[in-house]
Amino acid sequence: MTSTIDSTISEESTMPEPQRPWRATRDSLRPVIASNLVAALAAFALNLVTGLAGFDGWLLTFVPIAMVMTYITRRRQGTVIVADAMVTTLVTTIAAVALFPVMSLLWAVATKGLDAFYVGFFTNDMRFASPDDELNMGGAAHALIGTLVMVLIATVITLPLGILTAVYITEVRGRFTPMVRFIVQSMSGIPSIVAGLFIYSTVVMGFESFSGFAGGLALAILMLPTVARTAEEVLKLVPDEIRSASYALGAPQWRTSLFVVLPTVRSGMVTAGILGIARVAGETAPLLLTASYFTATSFSPVDGPMASLPMYIFGLLQSGTEYSFARAWAASLLLLGTLLILFTIARLVSGKDKR
Amino acid sequence: MSNTLLDEQTALPEPRVITVLRSRGDRVFRGIVTAGALSSLILLGLIGLFLVLRSAEIFGDFGFGFLTNSDWNPGSVGDGSDAQFGVFAMLLGTIVCALIAVVVALPLAVGLALYIEFYSPRRFKSTAVMMIDIAAAVPSVIYGLWAVSIFTDRGESWGQLINRFLGWFPLFHSDNQQFDRSPFVAGLVLAIMITPIVTSVSREVFSRTPPDLVGAAYGLGGSRWGAIRNVVLPYGSSGVVGGTMLGLGRALGETVAVYLVLNLVYRPNLQILESEGGNVASLIATKFGEATNYELKALLAAGFVLFVFTMVVNMVATFIVQKASPLKS
Repeated sequence: MTSTIDSTISEESTMPEPQRPWRATRDSLRPVIASNLVAALAAFALNLVTGLAGFDGWLLTFVPIAMVMTYITRRRQGTVIVADAMVTTLVTTIAAVALFPVMSLLWAVATKGLDAFYVGFFTNDMRFASPDDELNMGGAAHALIGTLVMVLIATVITLPLGILTAVYITEVRGRFTPMVRFIVQSMSGIPSIVAGLFIYSTVVMGFESFSGFAGGLALAILMLPTVARTAEEVLKLVPDEIRSASYALGAPQWRTSLFVVLPTVRSGMVTAGILGIARVAGETAPLLLTASYFTATSFSPVDGPMASLPMYIFGLLQSGTEYSFARAWAASLLLLGTLLILFTIARLVSGKDKR
Repeated sequence: MSNTLLDEQTALPEPRVITVLRSRGDRVFRGIVTAGALSSLILLGLIGLFLVLRSAEIFGDFGFGFLTNSDWNPGSVGDGSDAQFGVFAMLLGTIVCALIAVVVALPLAVGLALYIEFYSPRRFKSTAVMMIDIAAAVPSVIYGLWAVSIFTDRGESWGQLINRFLGWFPLFHSDNQQFDRSPFVAGLVLAIMITPIVTSVSREVFSRTPPDLVGAAYGLGGSRWGAIRNVVLPYGSSGVVGGTMLGLGRALGETVAVYLVLNLVYRPNLQILESEGGNVASLIATKFGEATNYELKALLAAGFVLFVFTMVVNMVATFIVQKASPLKS
């Protein structure tokens, strides 16, 4: 216990905190809390009388009452302070409103997902189970494997291209640099279903079959901008002194780039790859048109349709029964959990790199 | 004072032009890297090209009417000679939903970004940032699942409420009094999806406001709101606009979440609370499974229209963001 206190003290003493003149003191907080409490109670009473039901109705009445209360408590201190206090109330409420759906979503995925989890979920597929069977039947193994295979295909294609793009922008700095940056940036906004349509109109129509390979290609289109932009950001962090030193020792540009600059950002490239994977692992729309649905485990990406976690969830939503929804929540938890683990790894890896 | 500065600048000698003779290894390296970098450009061109090629027949048959008609009818004859395709209602619905999303998400996102950056307790700040990051990474199908099983009832009741009090306004009028699966609900779901994106871009820009400018505002006796209104918001406005445009682009192209909460009806509808809307991406997802060969081409044509539309929005957004970036540093 003492050691943690010591370490926080020493941290603070080496890095002086920026001054924050607006920081609330106990005395300044008291009227704020009091007025908000009064407003909350008044809103509740008003709801009982008018019948604006539920939390929504309460919030709808609370905000104006809180603003009025703020005005009443602060009005003697002048217009500037009144405006400031009212904006504080407004911004805090907006923040609560904006964060509420996020919390609701994460809470729902965590609780409903855990409720529906069972041991066989990881090891069974849906070959002999239908979506509305009881929860001890079937599982998501086929979807998990399909997602892994397709994401792997996308990564193998995208990582080299993305790194080349980033190297072009930061190292080669050729004629097309502004244009490439512009294109990559706007490519990140391609609707995912359009990527699916493109692969459908080329690969799927060409081979006359849905396949995991086509799914991987569609994901690659969506993954490329993320990988390229992250890699670019990482390469920008490499100090120019390193390049200059290499040139001064007589190394040509290709040696400088390949053997001096790129090795310093190896972990940054891993981060770029992971962020790209996290970007596409949950994509549904492109897979709808390329890899389609499948119920059995399959390791071969060229052999007909392939299952994936997002498509598994999407398919379960279509049948819409109680058990299929429960399965969908469990699969959502699996998918979101995977993404969070990827993000954590990315953060750990890049944190090691930067500072 | 300013004159002497100017003179000093003009007196600076021109830098020597550096000429480089590149070795063969360098030329090969630069060639390979350039080829790799241009792949995205080629890819973008190929996407447009193939979508047009595969759907050329549709544009030939319906011409400009494909954009102005709203009927979507594959016809009863096998060869599709009595088919009628047009994406006007779908395109209009896409824009309506995306606009609702932006109108709702923009104040939420700016408010949340300001809260995180300037109001929140320090301990809560990192938690809030983490939650925004996670929310931005949640796949759309999970948003769809959440919307279908938790959010729609609430959205429907909000629609009812607005209709009861503001029904006299044409936009909020409802003929059928059916409020589920409306553009309003779909727009709200999209708003919830894009709020994290707009928030993180806005927060990023706000956090880069030079602290000395903010300090100067306080030094002049300004309140926190005064500093935000006169320094932070003007400084970050272009970034916020850019972030909003990115969110708009995402809302325009979103498929699965909209597909799950919107009732597709093939006629233009501007009564946003009514249970009928349109969405190009959802149209493709809905019709794709059972489409005839001819209808498939129409879907590819619709995809091309969506592609062009979102690319224009994204390019404008990119232009704004990249133009704004020199200000930041």
